Amino acid sequence: MPPKLIKPLVFTLALAPLAWLVYAALTGHLGVNPIETVTRSLGDWALRFLLLTLAVTPLRKLTGWRWPMRFRRMLGLYAFLYTTLHLAGYIVLDQFFYWPGIWEDILKRPYITVGMVSFLMLIPLAVTSTSGMMRRLGKNWQRLHRLVYPIAIGGVLHYYMLVKADTREPLIYATILLVLLLLRLPSFQRPPRRFVKLRRNTLN
Amino acid sequence: MLIKKPNRILPSEITDEAVYKERRRFLGMAALGTATLTAGGLMLPALNALAKPVERKSFPDLKKGPFGTDEELNSFEEITTYNNFYEFGFGKSDPARYAHMLTTHPWSVSIEGEAEITGRFNLEDILKPHTLEERIYRLRCVEAWSMVIPWVGFSLADLIKRFKPTSKAKFVEFTTLYNPEEMPGQKSGILEWPYVEGLRMDEAMHPLTLLAVGLYGKEMPNQNGAPLRLVVPWKYGFKSIKSVVKIRFTETQPQTTWNLSAPGEYGFYANVNPNVDHPRWSQGRERRIGDFLKRNTETFNGYADEVAHLYSGMDLKKHF
Repeated sequence: MPPKLIKPLVFTLALAPLAWLVYAALTGHLGVNPIETVTRSLGDWALRFLLLTLAVTPLRKLTGWRWPMRFRRMLGLYAFLYTTLHLAGYIVLDQFFYWPGIWEDILKRPYITVGMVSFLMLIPLAVTSTSGMMRRLGKNWQRLHRLVYPIAIGGVLHYYMLVKADTREPLIYATILLVLLLLRLPSFQRPPRRFVKLRRNTLN
Repeated sequence: MLIKKPNRILPSEITDEAVYKERRRFLGMAALGTATLTAGGLMLPALNALAKPVERKSFPDLKKGPFGTDEELNSFEEITTYNNFYEFGFGKSDPARYAHMLTTHPWSVSIEGEAEITGRFNLEDILKPHTLEERIYRLRCVEAWSMVIPWVGFSLADLIKRFKPTSKAKFVEFTTLYNPEEMPGQKSGILEWPYVEGLRMDEAMHPLTLLAVGLYGKEMPNQNGAPLRLVVPWKYGFKSIKSVVKIRFTETQPQTTWNLSAPGEYGFYANVNPNVDHPRWSQGRERRIGDFLKRNTETFNGYADEVAHLYSGMDLKKHF
């Protein structure tokens, strides 16, 4: 496939879960508690895109491929989109702007506190995702974007803390996250290209 | 003189309109599904859900029981497709999908413990002396959603009296069937199986407490706890144990399943109480399934006039 087409394809595919939700809502396929279905599904996809974003760098380091890097920003912005919609679902559909209830949730329910803090940390990352911002922030850009690690941990924790007894699914997310974080440890890093070349030269 | 009665068609032999419609719908879906299968098999989940249209016996001449509510009933679809019945899986739609695996005929119930009459009884013998009636109750789940359900059943008190519990019987313990072959959720260790629930004797003897065998005028769908379940409308739904095979009279408070799983979150009493939050979410409001806006949760789920006296002098924050 011509590389030029891959990006629009990924862009469209990432919208598929949202399109499915809209379709299911219009055709009455969301079950008898549609608000719960929508909120849960948006939360699932927010976590999935967050983990996909975090998978890009290890994938590049393990394989040496450079092309995944072209999707990292887009995947990150999709994580932000689904997180925002998930939160909007909670505020508009679940609570219907019942601010006392929302406020009480944020202060008293640890899983909502954690989710809210993670969302707030996502905002500066989305805002500084443009090339211009990257240039302007220089080295600080990378420092700022390390926030993605506490955000992802917060996201998984948020899910783990809300389930009643069946923690299997949140634990799957936690395991994937753990692997993605471990792959970032220095011992998993591929030697830099220059070094590889050098070694090859010596062998010759 | 021999008077020969005309061959009567029993009400239960007539195909109920809903069943008929469901059959039509199934045939329609099947035709549509066949057409769609080639286009990616997307209809499969829908077909599976409808693949076993169970014909359930209706109960003729049901009289309306006490404690009714004029609130709008939840639909049969809502009541039977959105269930917590972990024995069949942990998703809300799992029970509707898998509960057909459960064999409910024959069924027996074992009566044990501090009572004069104990033993194992066929369900038919358990039910025989009781007159079934329709009781429309609110059901409030601990997860902050609720429904209004027209149950069919009889007062648990009437059953208890038959077995003559002794003065030592202070509590009643109920146990769900344990059969991982038919209840695949029991293959996981998410909860301790079999599921156990319990009531204090005065709660069990309260006229509101119901043993239910059906809903919407017909036999209980499996996913709602066929063939025999408890309904305690002023307590969170998990107290209303499903598919009961054992009733035991005890001197000490039974160890209940959710209490064992998370003692800080699910108490033995589990009375609906908007002023005592679940540690992780508010119990102040609830969503009635079908509603967009949440409503305020009422103390004892709106049955305070009937049951509040059972707990006078008790600290309900401590005995949650």
